[in-house]
Amino acid sequence: MECKYLIIGNSAGGIAAAEAIREVDRTGELIMVSEESSRAYSRALIPYYLAGEIELGKVYYRSEDFYEENDIHAICKKAVTVDFDNKEAEMEDGQRIRYGKLLLATGSTPFIPPMEGLCYHDGEFDKDGVFTFTSLGDAIAIKRRVESGSVEKAVVLGGGRIGLMAAEALMRLGSDVTVIKRSERLLPGVFDETASRMVKRHLKESGLRMLTGHTIKAVVGKRSAECVVLDDGTEIGCDLLIIAAGVRPRVELVRGTSVKVNRGIMVDRRMRTSVEDVYACGDCAEVYDFVHDDFRLTPLWATAYAGGRVAGFNMCGVEKEYQWGTNMNSMHFFGLTVIAAGISAEEDGYEVLKEVEEEKKIYMRIVLREGRVAGMILVNKIDRAGLFMGLMRTGIDVSPFKEELLSADFGLICLPEAVRGAIMG
Amino acid sequence: MRRVCCRAEVCIGCQLCVVWCQVEHSRSRDIIKAFLYEKERPIPRVRVEERGPVSFALQCRHCEEPDCVFACISGALYKKDGVVVHDASKCVGCWSCVLACPYGAIIRDETHGKAWKCDLCAGREEPICVEKCPNEALVVEVGG
Repeated sequence: MECKYLIIGNSAGGIAAAEAIREVDRTGELIMVSEESSRAYSRALIPYYLAGEIELGKVYYRSEDFYEENDIHAICKKAVTVDFDNKEAEMEDGQRIRYGKLLLATGSTPFIPPMEGLCYHDGEFDKDGVFTFTSLGDAIAIKRRVESGSVEKAVVLGGGRIGLMAAEALMRLGSDVTVIKRSERLLPGVFDETASRMVKRHLKESGLRMLTGHTIKAVVGKRSAECVVLDDGTEIGCDLLIIAAGVRPRVELVRGTSVKVNRGIMVDRRMRTSVEDVYACGDCAEVYDFVHDDFRLTPLWATAYAGGRVAGFNMCGVEKEYQWGTNMNSMHFFGLTVIAAGISAEEDGYEVLKEVEEEKKIYMRIVLREGRVAGMILVNKIDRAGLFMGLMRTGIDVSPFKEELLSADFGLICLPEAVRGAIMG
Repeated sequence: MRRVCCRAEVCIGCQLCVVWCQVEHSRSRDIIKAFLYEKERPIPRVRVEERGPVSFALQCRHCEEPDCVFACISGALYKKDGVVVHDASKCVGCWSCVLACPYGAIIRDETHGKAWKCDLCAGREEPICVEKCPNEALVVEVGG
């Protein structure tokens, strides 16, 4: 088989690239390879599905006829090797696909911390009742188990976004949930102490049990996980264990090849890897971060999409630079909305504007660096988040009007006319 | 690309665009019924910013490269024929678009957990805010 464009991966980055390619080149042969499913779904939606907020059909990211409409040949196979010299990828069944341009959008795999009594190999645990929570398959399997009535007590390892969303979904399904998390601080690196304290209190009031400062030492049970043992010897019985301890870039296709890898696949601002005609985006890549002005892992749906789009354009000869992303999250925990972006947790060396109403769980924290917005945390009052994000992106000096940023009616109208004109076009 | 633009120099901040936007997106599309009898009043898709003598209405800019579409985790937001479309049935209220939109043009409906934005009054020849703006501050701009 041969094609002009080969995309390995069928999630945010892959789809974005395919859409960009089709905006420029309607007819060049385009193949998308994915081991998982032939129809793209949104990983970010799996907690909503597990919680019963949306039905399965709504998990899909694009319409059923997306591939046909865009003349995309979708192949549901696992790519096992790529011969970068001969520009050829090999599938698990031996099928070979020659490409002109290749996009690696292989995503990430869940990180499983070592625990006694638990083995993880090829995406499978050696005990029943233990799951990761990054794929639709995971969500379906967990839901099936919960709905079969065999889950009274659940333990979630990891108190990050994914862990907390899994915990909330399980509680909604009627399980008794305990979250085990290593750090005392919630979302360290993203939340400061105030945000962490506020959200923790909200989680507690919502009935979530969270044990901070702990790890799981061992998982006990013959065939199924029946109990976890913490580092201090505490035993917690469970019928279900979810491991949500973060993700790692999926880079096995390029290990030992000429494609340079640091923590993720290294790309430039045009999403090109160190090998000609090979691009990468999304969770598997280290992409540009405009706040830090460096390249780093940013495993988020939005940055994967934006990066994939830039990759797609460059793959068909339209030069674009990626300058879109930084760590940016819109989250909600038991109804509490929280937004964080950029440099949000740091204090030293930055000017920090704050408004805190601890009781009402209202918090606005804007971090300025040399007079420019470098990051933010917003709890409950999130409506102006986009404007702040816009100020971050444009890098406008906000010092002349910084007092306005936290005012209740802050809007584009508060900006000097010239700045406003530049933003509004 | 099509979008509604506001000529700030003639906007009088009367908020009629807000009122008519609600009417147009109400069940009855009748101003009296919508404001008096309908159980739920729709969320307006336009905001008026006002400070001292200056005011302007602001709605979705239907961006060339829409940040909200990039950020949308559910596929509810997408671009079609130059218009940024929002399929509310797919929206899960994650507010990723609220974080992404540099204009603050996406409005949260917290009751239903849905985002709303200007749809250019799909089905109408001219958006209602443009038609009803008493000082002709709102105009449709066609470009790119």
